[in-house]
Amino acid sequence: MLPNILHESTQKIITVEALTKNFGAEAAVDGISFTVAEGSVTGLLGGNGAGKTTTIAMLLGLLIPTSGSITVLGADMVRHRHRALPFMNFASPYIDLPHRLTVTENLAVYAGLYLVDQPRQRIAELAEALDFIPLLQRDYGSLSAGQKTRVALAKALINRPRLLLLDEPTASLDPDSADRIRLYLQEYAHTTGATMLIASHNMIEVERLCGDLLIMRRGHIVDRGTPQGLIERYGRQTLEEVFLDIARAEPIVPDESRARL
Amino acid sequence: MSALRIWAMVLRYWYLLRRSIPRLLDLFYWPAVNVVLWGFLSQFLASNSSFVAKAGGVLLAGMFLWDVMFRSQLGVSVGFLEEVWSRNLGHMFVSPLRAHEWLASLMIVSIFRTFLGLAPAVLIAMVMYHFSLFDLGLPLAGFLANLMIMGWWLALLIVAAIMRYGQGAENLAWAAAFVLSPISAIYYPVAVLPGWLQYVALALPGAHVFEGMRGVMVDHVFRPGLLMNAAALNLVYLALSGLVFLWAFANARKRGALLQLGE
Repeated sequence: MLPNILHESTQKIITVEALTKNFGAEAAVDGISFTVAEGSVTGLLGGNGAGKTTTIAMLLGLLIPTSGSITVLGADMVRHRHRALPFMNFASPYIDLPHRLTVTENLAVYAGLYLVDQPRQRIAELAEALDFIPLLQRDYGSLSAGQKTRVALAKALINRPRLLLLDEPTASLDPDSADRIRLYLQEYAHTTGATMLIASHNMIEVERLCGDLLIMRRGHIVDRGTPQGLIERYGRQTLEEVFLDIARAEPIVPDESRARL
Repeated sequence: MSALRIWAMVLRYWYLLRRSIPRLLDLFYWPAVNVVLWGFLSQFLASNSSFVAKAGGVLLAGMFLWDVMFRSQLGVSVGFLEEVWSRNLGHMFVSPLRAHEWLASLMIVSIFRTFLGLAPAVLIAMVMYHFSLFDLGLPLAGFLANLMIMGWWLALLIVAAIMRYGQGAENLAWAAAFVLSPISAIYYPVAVLPGWLQYVALALPGAHVFEGMRGVMVDHVFRPGLLMNAAALNLVYLALSGLVFLWAFANARKRGALLQLGE
């Protein structure tokens, strides 16, 4: 497991203050505030409709907040997101790459967009590390869901990002492939000092990768802590049980035990 | 603005085009069919109409030039739709790519697609009907440039409409040019139109281009004023449509449409 370096670093890569996003009368995200420290791997947990994807979309600048502020890598993401975007990246199984381009072509295009030095070498490195060399000349659209997930992750790593936002990074992968990806992500975070924010429903993955967890429910952050800290605080055996407690009922959490969000 | 990012997006569309036989055929098919149709019609009318007889090829030239506008518009708007269909907008706009760099790449690709698509039709016209578009001389460059730009601003409005109203508006990419064609005086002078419609026609750059084209072909006179009018109108419409596009893009970011389009 990665060391939890959250409290060892004072540099905040992400600072979110009073962030709200309304769609009509409904608040998808309702006044959340949190920070993410440099070099940390933070999990963003919550049930469907909790506001995770909306939060990530706002962090990426794809969605403009109704109110509040987002600073990523020192840049105001509403007004100056292009200052931060070259140093970030993102992968989600819910956003595709062009189906009729080969894997190599897709990665070459994104290497170009991120102005990557020696793109061929970088693509070869990623193909080897993520185990998809035989897929390089295949059309992206012809790949299985698991293969697409690996290629999308390669796209997210193409620019060696300082901040990596991942939505369900091992969705659709078999246990062996998922394990390899997690190992790679752990190694990447460890060797580069990159910061990661991972939205996931996979509690094993979250426990293994994340040193810090933000738990969302109905647009609010309802708790925060280390996986073990949360398990102990809720008096449960596993993180999944904690997740179910929070998803199904308003948890009773002593105020003094809550970590500062 | 980064030329390297623009080039990366140009490559993205080139990769798509070079490996897709249906897309390549689509480039060549309609211009080739059109030139055959309008070529035979021109031949028939040349022996039955004094206007066409006086200026052989005036209908073919009109067809070619309007197709330049149409292909230019399609190049940009279909390029945008390719991203919607492949649900790639989310990835594109979390990269450092800026909207204007993307538009620049689409415009470059539209120039390439237009001339690649028209080249076989121009050759067919030369061989079958002994008509060369290049007989228009130097003014041809001005006509082409104005119609390319007209295609771009029309495409920007279409892209803005799709971003605002979703894929239900994607038919505009094919239909918009047809709405403008009757009032663009492609095959007949503006004077043929009812009085009030003439004002509408003259508010479009296309009408000035086609009046200029007929001036060269029928009266053998090049009227630079018409070209200047077209250029001035194009500048105004390009600026306005650019603002509309930026508004639609910002609006799409407010609504989360960049993630949802294509779903």
